[in-house]
Amino acid sequence: MLEDSAAALAAPRPRGLGRRQWAGGAAAAEAVLVPAGALVLSLLLFGLFVACAGVDPLAVCRYMIEGSVGSWFAVQNTLTRAAPLLLTGLCTALPAQAGLMIIGGEGAFVIGGLSAAMAGVALHGAAAPVALAGMTAAGIVAGGLWVALAGALRHWRGVNETISSLLLNYIAIAILNQLVEGPFRDPDSLNKPSSPSIGYGHMIGTIPGTEIHWGLPVGIVVCLAAYVLIRHTTVGFATRIAGGNLRAARMVGLPIGRLVMLTCFLGGAAAGLAGMIELAAVQERASADLVTGYGYAGILVAFLARQNPLAMIPVAFLLGGIGASGGLLQRHLGLPDAATVVLQGIIFVMILASDAVYGRLPWFRRAETAG
Amino acid sequence: MTGKTISRRRVLGSAAAIGAGAALGATLPFRSASAAATTVGFIYVGPHDDFGYNQAHAQGAAAVKKMAGVKVLEEENVPEDVAVTKTMESMIEQDGASLLFPTSFGYFDPYILREAPKFPKVRFEHCGGLWTPKDPKNIGSYFGYIFEAQHVNGIVAGFASKSGRLGFVAAKPIPQVLQNINAFTLGARLINPQATTRVIFTGDWSMPVKEAEATNSLIDGGVDVVTMHVDSPKVVVQTAAKRGAMVCGYHCSQAALAPQAYLTGAEWNWTELYPKFVTMWMKGEPIPNFYRGGFREGLIKQSPYGPKVSAAARQRADEVKAALTEGKYVIFKGPLTDNTGTVAVAAGQELIQSNATDAKLEEMHFLVEGVLGALPS
Repeated sequence: MLEDSAAALAAPRPRGLGRRQWAGGAAAAEAVLVPAGALVLSLLLFGLFVACAGVDPLAVCRYMIEGSVGSWFAVQNTLTRAAPLLLTGLCTALPAQAGLMIIGGEGAFVIGGLSAAMAGVALHGAAAPVALAGMTAAGIVAGGLWVALAGALRHWRGVNETISSLLLNYIAIAILNQLVEGPFRDPDSLNKPSSPSIGYGHMIGTIPGTEIHWGLPVGIVVCLAAYVLIRHTTVGFATRIAGGNLRAARMVGLPIGRLVMLTCFLGGAAAGLAGMIELAAVQERASADLVTGYGYAGILVAFLARQNPLAMIPVAFLLGGIGASGGLLQRHLGLPDAATVVLQGIIFVMILASDAVYGRLPWFRRAETAG
Repeated sequence: MTGKTISRRRVLGSAAAIGAGAALGATLPFRSASAAATTVGFIYVGPHDDFGYNQAHAQGAAAVKKMAGVKVLEEENVPEDVAVTKTMESMIEQDGASLLFPTSFGYFDPYILREAPKFPKVRFEHCGGLWTPKDPKNIGSYFGYIFEAQHVNGIVAGFASKSGRLGFVAAKPIPQVLQNINAFTLGARLINPQATTRVIFTGDWSMPVKEAEATNSLIDGGVDVVTMHVDSPKVVVQTAAKRGAMVCGYHCSQAALAPQAYLTGAEWNWTELYPKFVTMWMKGEPIPNFYRGGFREGLIKQSPYGPKVSAAARQRADEVKAALTEGKYVIFKGPLTDNTGTVAVAAGQELIQSNATDAKLEEMHFLVEGVLGALPS
């Protein structure tokens, strides 16, 4: 007994941190360190891959750092490429909270950009703020409704939302091409069919002192808002219950249909907004160039971030950096463009595989059971 | 509670260490500025070995690589969005390029147009011929009348075809494509006035599956010579050869893919033009802002004839090619009727291939008589 009390005295006090917080800290560390470990492992595998291709892995590493963060130019390059991915990633991450697997970001992006172009052309004579508001509203609503279509088909007709949202991408691109090559074509765009211009004066500029357009801060803010919505509101809580256990959600009387439609609409709206920003900040006219592949890259972002909008921010920067450094690898090391795709693929597989180790590493488990 | 538990502080500490490492990496001077050589950058929208549009440009780049005092940078698969802007800036700012060849048609507006004023000392040479005097002076655009070579293709096809049914796999119904379809058909009908060209539009520049389907359905319909205007003719050439049809190539030579079935082809001749432009740039001579040409200017060439081309066909094709090279031959010469029976080019009117562009030629929106197919209104 004496020994016990002596041991109790000798043991350090939790100093304001209860057991729950300790466990929470361990979980947070796990959530950061497991993907970080997967990333390091991916880079090692990629190094092995380029070594097999006869290229010095250290040189690859050097150029990747130089191309993504090595200078102010490189940082801006990375951030510019990351900007649209923040928003298109949400098109997968938000419906995923309700248990839906939507891969229709590309279609929503295209429809958002196209609708924004129509609004922009219609409001050509209006004041810039009015035109901008009109284009934003058009992009958000059109993108939202586009993906809500997949949600509605799922909820009321039982159509698999993954397939329907994928097919909706092709329909969106076909609509875009039909319109810009037909009724919505600027007759002067001879060999590159495009819509009329929204007017240079109505375009969104860049952040002062940089080459980065406003899509980046908008994307970050929307990701933060999405995180708050999911984690800190009753709607978000209800959505996660619906996504986690549909039967339980039905039992407690949650409005499943409304939650599905809401998350699909918001996801599509985010991708539609990305399309609008692409049009208003970069492209000026709608054309086949709106088919950028950002919608598909967004799926990768959402999965790498494990559908967490907060984690999507660093992940988008990571993919932006890989894209930004791809050019240097091609130009100086003669690696094909596919090399960066291989790296993305390795990271994707490693992150998915790392899901299996959560809760199994003794290091983190000891933290949870300690005390 | 053991000492091995992980605290928030430790997590933050590790994160800070990682951040510091990254910052340190960022400040290290990795590479000094490039040497005094002239650096020339080439940007391709697709793979550089696509047996098509991009390979033709890459062959031009390879010719520049052989020049002394020149460093060549190449980047492939660069899409027509902010990526091409960043690639151009990166070649200029990170690699010191002073002459750029962003080769895809879609790079021009808005990407090159916006970049050129930012870098007044850099020259942007764009393939497509869109420059007008209101555009920045450090942009040049060049393009070739490759439909002249498609016309010669048509003559060879007219001789080779037994059924008189020809096929054309096309990407989009835009003027540059329609010029090729019409010139090819007019060439074939010089030899066989009953010849027809069935055209299938795939809708986009790189659609391998649709291109194979189109080729198959053309051959199913009795077509025995196929040609095309898509970014990479590889699939069309291989499919046609496998089906026993003959084929005329486009962009660059695809003879290696189908040595027996390949008749001839319409090729770009960038291996001539690019070293010329680079030499002018290095000497400080002005490069024309707008440059056009066909056989006469050496911007295009014809693939060597394949084994199935008869002596008569070679002779006739060579005659027309010689006349084109001398500048004495006009392909679109009135009277020409389109395939709906309307007059497309009036009697006495000529759409001449010349550096002073003919609006009627540049805005071509009809299919000549003998083409089976329709245009969107």
